Amino acid sequence: MEPLRKTEKDIHPMDDLLRMDRIPHIWCPGCGIGTAVTAFAAGLAKAEIDLTKTCIVSGIGCTGRVAGYVKLDSFHTTHGRAIAFATGIQVANPDLKVIVFSGDGDLISIGGNHFIHAARRNINMLVICVNNFIYAMTGGQVAPTTPLATYATTSPFGCVEPPFNIPYLADSSGAVYVARWTALHVRRLTNSIAEALKKPGFSVIEVISPCAMYYSRINRLGDGLDMMKFYHDNTEIRHGEDTKNLDIGFQTKIIVGKFVDRERPTYMDSYNKWLSGTKKD
Amino acid sequence: MKYWEKPFGKEKPKVPNGEIHILKERCKGCGFCVEYCPKDVLEMSDEFNTKGYHPPKIMNEEDCVNCGLCETICPEFAIWCTLKEEVALEN
Ligand SMILES: Cc1ncc(C[n+]2csc(CCOP(=O)(O)OP(=O)(O)O)c2C)c(N)n1
Ligand code: SF4
Ligand code: SF4
Ligand code: SF4
Ligand SMILES: [Mg+2]
Repeated sequence: MEPLRKTEKDIHPMDDLLRMDRIPHIWCPGCGIGTAVTAFAAGLAKAEIDLTKTCIVSGIGCTGRVAGYVKLDSFHTTHGRAIAFATGIQVANPDLKVIVFSGDGDLISIGGNHFIHAARRNINMLVICVNNFIYAMTGGQVAPTTPLATYATTSPFGCVEPPFNIPYLADSSGAVYVARWTALHVRRLTNSIAEALKKPGFSVIEVISPCAMYYSRINRLGDGLDMMKFYHDNTEIRHGEDTKNLDIGFQTKIIVGKFVDRERPTYMDSYNKWLSGTKKD
Repeated sequence: MKYWEKPFGKEKPKVPNGEIHILKERCKGCGFCVEYCPKDVLEMSDEFNTKGYHPPKIMNEEDCVNCGLCETICPEFAIWCTLKEEVALEN
């Protein structure tokens, strides 16, 4: 077997942001999660933030493995609780920048309540939600993001429930920064991550990503590369688009871009202001 | 009549040229880098790595412009590029 590393020249520039003892990762060939992590590592480097004051939290799922592969202070929490955990970190030590990197099932289904309330309170954190339209790790069950009529292992006749539109949910709950990209838009995703890392408050970046194992197979969409080609031909960039208009159907056009970028006092701002006011009386 | 693009004596515009590095053993053969390299520098090889995947091979490295797209799109941290030199554009 060819050794992984022969000379200094064989060290990937992102190796120091990754836990190399755990690489190769578990993701299938053609899965987009690895690409989202690469964009994240590139975004971290681009934002030039203090990595000793940055931590990453994931829940459970294929995407939930991300925290374990990134060389920051990493927390792998229970299913759905990544945002609750990250809220604790942020409130206990407001100097830290917390990133929650998890799946659509983890964040929007079982963790949906934490998601809307962290947005409402405007807790300072960046949520990167990899949306593969499915519960991938457990075998491809319907998620609250599964588009209508899509096949899944628990919807053999096609999904009958309307899905959540994640940017609309984030926007209406109070998030200050909302963007959506696909795993193909690596550069724009990197820039968005770098921008959102510097934004105080609750930021959400949705990354539409191929699950080449369950979602694409049961729906006969080919492999990961075929799904990337689909994104290439069927996405449209519309910055500032009203988040109401961002529904995703089965193999319909996907609108991407930065939709929300506004200012609101963060939870800690309001808390400190309130506290200093009451103390004076 | 001929218009000169640049004042005399000014350097010709330069394009970067990159050197591509591939860690074949990390690759899972997804083909993203091959498909999306803007300069079609890469191609899937027939070679197998120990996991049984086909890693990409470099076809014409002199065309690589060190854009870094392969590096960012690769889900496996298996390919990247470094700047070799800046080459003056031909007329
Ligand atoms: C409390 C609890 N309920 C259910 C599960 C089973 N489970 C593990 S991962 C997962 C879904 C993950 O889906 P998603 O967050 O979309 O991640 P993906 O695998 O698609 O990246 C479920 C239901 C669990 N681990 N814990
Ligand atoms: S099951 Fe799907 S989401 Fe999970 S690693 Fe494989 S391709 Fe990726
Ligand atoms: S750096 Fe750009 S041009 Fe060079 S091989 Fe990679 S994608 Fe192609
Ligand atoms: S993108 Fe990476 S994993 Fe995919 S074929 Fe290229 S080098 Fe291999
Ligand atoms: Mg999922």
